[in-house]
Amino acid sequence: MKLQLNGAVIDAETGTLADLLVAQGFGNAKVATAVNGTFVPGAARADHALAEGDRVEVLAPMQGG
Amino acid sequence: MRDFYGVALTNGLMLGTAQYPSPAILADAFRRSAASVATVSLRRESGRDRAGQDFWQLIKGLGVHLLPNTAGCHSVKEAVTTAHMAREVFDTNWIKLEVIGEEDTLQPDVFGLVEAARILTQDGFQVFPYTTEDLVVADRLLQAGCEVLMPWGAPIGSGMGLNNLYGLRTMRAHFPDVPLVIDAGLGLPSQAAQAMELGFDAVLLNTAVARAGDPAAMAEAFATAVRAGQLAAQADPMEPRDMAAPSTPVIGKAFLS
Repeated sequence: MKLQLNGAVIDAETGTLADLLVAQGFGNAKVATAVNGTFVPGAARADHALAEGDRVEVLAPMQGG
Repeated sequence: MRDFYGVALTNGLMLGTAQYPSPAILADAFRRSAASVATVSLRRESGRDRAGQDFWQLIKGLGVHLLPNTAGCHSVKEAVTTAHMAREVFDTNWIKLEVIGEEDTLQPDVFGLVEAARILTQDGFQVFPYTTEDLVVADRLLQAGCEVLMPWGAPIGSGMGLNNLYGLRTMRAHFPDVPLVIDAGLGLPSQAAQAMELGFDAVLLNTAVARAGDPAAMAEAFATAVRAGQLAAQADPMEPRDMAAPSTPVIGKAFLS
């Protein structure tokens, strides 16, 4: 299915948000996630099934002022 | 020094982590300034580069309090969602709440700010709102649950210093028990000293240090200025007056004319 990951369209296997993170190389990375503009806590990723067209955001610590 | 949601900071310097020439210089700036708080942010991560993971290791090693921001957010929803994501990543209830309302000045959207502050406070966040010196807005933020206020000195990154001395002095007088932080607009250590002399509890800055020719030296200069200003405020400065008053005693002066 087609998804948007951090603004880029990708082809992903059907599955959960947790599956997607592993497939995309995030593994145990320190990240926070949102789907379609709504925060999905780490503990809920394994139960969050993704659907065609979902917009997934994966954010990490970054420099800030 | 007033505390920040129950945390007594070792000094009044809060330093940003953006725009440094290198991670090593960033770390050196924190080491030389002994800043008590580092502001941080969240951005999109690439599963291949994982740039954020290196940064995470770096800031963990600084040994300072982390204050994540919602920089770049223009709506309440964006800011609230970003705050939730930041809380999970940085493991803190502190959030520097920015809801930007105007592009040229990066002036806060104070209406959205109050609404977001209320939502986040109810969700257990400890909100540090980036606001203006407007007393009515400040009061609304306190009513929304904020226990710290962060008025701007001048627009973010402008380096203009304290643009509205009257407004800031009034704010300090009006909220004597509220921890107040000058956030944004400082360009020189003398401006930080001035803020502390006015009785502010801390200053938050980034560009003035990160964009200096020698960021680590400038960070130390700001730390010294913050300390000087804080000490001066505690020492109860004299009142200014219009006319001269001789400091050398007149009594006993020789008659030589």
